[in-house]
Amino acid sequence: MTAFLAVIVRDLRLATRVGGDVLTLLLFFVMIAVIVPFAVGPDRELLARLAPGIVWMAAFLSMLLGLDRLFRADEEDGSLWLFRHAALPLEAIVAAKVIAHWLLTALPLLLASPLLAVLLAMDAATWGRTLLSLLLGTPGLVALGAIGAAVTVSLRRGGLLAPVLILPLSIPILIFGVASIGADPGLSRAAALFLMAISLVALVLAPFAAALALRASEE
Amino acid sequence: MSLDVAAKRPNWFARLANPGQFLAWSRPLLWPLAGVTALLFLAGLYFALFDSPPDYQMGETVRIMYIHVPTAILAEGVYVLMALAALGTLVWRHPLADVANQAAAPLGALFTGLALISGSLWGRPTWGTFWEWDGRMTSFLILFLIYLGIVALWRAFDDPSRAGRIVAVFTLVGALDIPVVKYSVDWWNTLHQGASIDLMGDRHMANSMLLPLGLMTLAFGFLFLTLYLVRIRTEIFRRRLATLARQAAGATP
Amino acid sequence: MIDLGPHAVFIVGAYAGVAVGLLGAVLWVVLDARRVAARLAALEARGIRRRSAGSPAP
Repeated sequence: MTAFLAVIVRDLRLATRVGGDVLTLLLFFVMIAVIVPFAVGPDRELLARLAPGIVWMAAFLSMLLGLDRLFRADEEDGSLWLFRHAALPLEAIVAAKVIAHWLLTALPLLLASPLLAVLLAMDAATWGRTLLSLLLGTPGLVALGAIGAAVTVSLRRGGLLAPVLILPLSIPILIFGVASIGADPGLSRAAALFLMAISLVALVLAPFAAALALRASEE
Repeated sequence: MSLDVAAKRPNWFARLANPGQFLAWSRPLLWPLAGVTALLFLAGLYFALFDSPPDYQMGETVRIMYIHVPTAILAEGVYVLMALAALGTLVWRHPLADVANQAAAPLGALFTGLALISGSLWGRPTWGTFWEWDGRMTSFLILFLIYLGIVALWRAFDDPSRAGRIVAVFTLVGALDIPVVKYSVDWWNTLHQGASIDLMGDRHMANSMLLPLGLMTLAFGFLFLTLYLVRIRTEIFRRRLATLARQAAGATP
Repeated sequence: MIDLGPHAVFIVGAYAGVAVGLLGAVLWVVLDARRVAARLAALEARGIRRRSAGSPAP
């Protein structure tokens, strides 16, 4: 197994072992969709109109709150030091961790989306667009999140700061993500393309920015 | 090469790069800068409030433009400055770049906040509400949040000298992202056909309006410069203080 | 000041708000500078000095 794959597998194993909170994040995601009708009323038409926004907000919140787990455990147990001095470049390690993090935090959301579609009165076509939208946008979100996590890794109480830092920067993903679920085909396609572009650029640049921040965080 | 043991007069780069040198040449500038600022404000306010005409469309409320535009310009300009400082930290390892970034952040947040407040009050008589999610104001709101995030980030570190490179990375990521945010917000705004009432619009401004606008912009600019120099000096002193305090406590420096 | 028109309260509010903000900023910057200077002076009075002839920061 290449070193790159080994990092991914390591992260996956660690997260799904005892003490992992993958299920918690998933529950949080579903929970948000569940509480929205209590907040805005159960009118199906209203829910259907709000559904794209609610799904993306839920994705945003659960993914941003899960950011801390990206580097903090490694920082605490010394793995981060090893990563900084490993043969595999730190940028590649970050990229591998981003992939693992996406599998752990975004993939479950995709799998849970049918449940949300039903709860929020989405029709099948809308749900399909939602799935595509999450697929295109969540990688960018994870990439940006990795930068936030790397920047705050050396802060003991940095946990909440990373989402606060990343949220304003991620607003384009939210805008295009929600817009790509819209009914107008031309508009949703344009938004989807923008979304994909942002995700791709973020995925390419984030490992370098995050590695820079991680190196600078060395004692 | 002969041994030149006489003390050399520092060349221009050393004067810029060395914190001690910076402290030396910035000190005599402070009061003159403050004076120029005060004069510019006096002149600007006179023309803004007394000696300029009302707008043919929005009447007297155009006078708010004379404070909104300068704060908006500074809000964006300070971030450019911070991005340059971040490059200075990461690429050239300029010793003052950290401090330049840290000193600028709260000032940038201040001017963005003032731009939002003045824009909101300008909008109220024009739009009818204190806030409309139009492209420009929304972008400024996000910029404000980014500034506050950077201020929070600086404050979260115990040792600011360690934080320098890290905050610089984040500042540059922000610099790349802000244009994307602006574009997406404008796109979002046209999508929802929100109130895209541009406060300034396509106006050919008469000289009688350009004068107070220019004066006030200069005034705000000089105010920023003065406060900025003081803040850089303060940050340099604060870091010396921390080092000395550690020495005093007997810790290994 | 000439007649500020029907929306005078907003104009005055904007100018006043910005003035308060700027004055507050000036005050904060000045007081912060003074506080740091005072603490440095206190340390210096206790005889703690920087290692002089220090090389410029890297």
